[in-house]
Amino acid sequence: MHINTVRSRKPPGRNVANEPLWFRVLLIAITWCIALVLIIIPLVYVFVQAFANGISGWWKQLFDDPETRHSVFLTLMVAPAAVLINTVCGLAAAWTITKFRFPGRILLLTALDLPFAISPVVAGLMLVLLYNVRTGYFGSFLNAADLRIIFAWPGLVLATVFVTIPFVARELIPLMQALGDDEELAAVSLGASPWQIFLRVTLPNIRWGLLFGIIQCNARAIGEFGAVFVVSGRIERETYTMALRVEKLFQDYNNTGSFAVASVLTLMALSTLLLKTLLERMISRSAGEGHGDGH
Amino acid sequence: MSISIRNLSKRFGNYVALNNISLEVPSDSLTALLGPSGSGKTTLLRIISGLETADDGSILFKNEDVTERSARDREVGFVFQHYALFRHMTVFENIAFGMRVRKASGDEVRERVNELLRLVRLEGLGQRFPSELSGGQRQRVALARALAVKPRMLLLDEPFGALDAKVRQELRTWLRKLHEEMHVTTVFVTHDQEEAFEMADQVVVMSAGRIEQTGTPQAVFDNPATPFVMDFLGNVNVFHGRVQSGKVQLGPFTLQYDDYQHSEPREARAYVRPHELDIDRAPSQSSLQGRIRQINPAGSVLKVRLLIEEFGVELNVDLTHERAKILNLKLNDTVFVHPRSVRVFMPETDYVI
Repeated sequence: MHINTVRSRKPPGRNVANEPLWFRVLLIAITWCIALVLIIIPLVYVFVQAFANGISGWWKQLFDDPETRHSVFLTLMVAPAAVLINTVCGLAAAWTITKFRFPGRILLLTALDLPFAISPVVAGLMLVLLYNVRTGYFGSFLNAADLRIIFAWPGLVLATVFVTIPFVARELIPLMQALGDDEELAAVSLGASPWQIFLRVTLPNIRWGLLFGIIQCNARAIGEFGAVFVVSGRIERETYTMALRVEKLFQDYNNTGSFAVASVLTLMALSTLLLKTLLERMISRSAGEGHGDGH
Repeated sequence: MSISIRNLSKRFGNYVALNNISLEVPSDSLTALLGPSGSGKTTLLRIISGLETADDGSILFKNEDVTERSARDREVGFVFQHYALFRHMTVFENIAFGMRVRKASGDEVRERVNELLRLVRLEGLGQRFPSELSGGQRQRVALARALAVKPRMLLLDEPFGALDAKVRQELRTWLRKLHEEMHVTTVFVTHDQEEAFEMADQVVVMSAGRIEQTGTPQAVFDNPATPFVMDFLGNVNVFHGRVQSGKVQLGPFTLQYDDYQHSEPREARAYVRPHELDIDRAPSQSSLQGRIRQINPAGSVLKVRLLIEEFGVELNVDLTHERAKILNLKLNDTVFVHPRSVRVFMPETDYVI
């Protein structure tokens, strides 16, 4: 996706269609209005509310409340775990899909997009139906093994993984298709082992795309609400992630507390945005390093 | 190191890429696999390197069967058509790659890479990235990278395909000289007959997954084995005619043809190269009348295009400049053309007069 925007970047100039001035001014004004009402004002309002009692008030809301503290801790465990799983799975999926031709390849490619299309609540429900201890499909097995997935942290990780599966793979597949496998073949003929090829040739070539996918995956993992809401069972100091905690505090009429946690989530999102922009620049630069033919 | 290819076949789905190929590549030779695209030449090269596997047949390096060996263990230097340089590595690291994965010591690597940079005339460019090099320079880096691990043989896929004419010419001469210094068995793929004939000791002409002819450039050029080879070597005039009772009849030409003495007439095609046709001002016993449409000097010859109005065909004739001066040809002159030698191919067998 970002690759396309980078490649199609045109020099700034007048539109060919040459609309009249009033029309252009009107369009730009409408766009700004929408952005202001829907994005900028709510964003600013989050911080206004969060810092209503000053910085010390904000700090107290975040770290003096043991439930909130635990939710921060839990999110910092669940999100990286999900990101790690999805990085490995995404790399494997992208490698499989781009380097081999096999029956069901297109089906696999489509299935990878499913989590984007399906409602997170449905995803959560699906997991409950499968892994619930008493009634779930794997329930008796899990019961026998004394494993708890639903209403416990493994369920949170599972739900987050499901929702964020596509990010890494979707980022890597077009990139690896564009790169082709000539460099890998060259490495083989020079005597490199599969592992050496991956570490020395493939990984350096996809590093920015991979990082980009990981950052997007991480942002979504931290903010995930729907699927996690269904599988968490909302047990205090056990299954409340930050996103769930925001909602809980809000329901308890603790506005400043709710917005304090929300502001942290928002700050994470904003830094993701910043990182993404920087990375896009890196990617477009390294794409320029590609081999054009001759000079 | 010599290469023996025995009864090699390869299919991609229903498409037959190689059809029972057998070939001997002598040790230390420079061999060209020549053919149009889709003739299977690149597939053959890739199978020799181990990057592709054959469905049938075997490959021997000297006396050792390597058919089942992976590309990684064949110790073959492969140069890709689009170079396939590692884009995130410097020129130095590209060349060093093969030694690094073999855990060579730092000093050894540095020494060998610098030696190769000198060999390919890229001293001082070791710290550049591939994107900062010209096409010809990239090609030489690819060659140095392949040579760094002292391969048993060197395989090149369309090595000069992506370069412009002048650089291509320089690199050809340079590579031929390099080959003479190094004595490494080398096989390269090309669709350019000029390139094959200029560089190779042995030319292998391929078409539709088969080998049409193998031989020295001189042998292949002088005695094309099949109509395909004759056609592919470029720019021939084709006549359709009949053979009967020791004679071949091609339009107005009747020529002695001892190889077919039957009285039953058979169809035949005759191929005449442009330099095998001669032009005269006066008609002779078996000559065609034509009008000059075009005269172009091309290096050591003068290329003349004639329209034979009687049959509505055009003929290409190459004349030496001396001959042209004597004839004093001008556009639209009416002249008479006759063949000095003709190569006749009949559908099943072929004969040469």
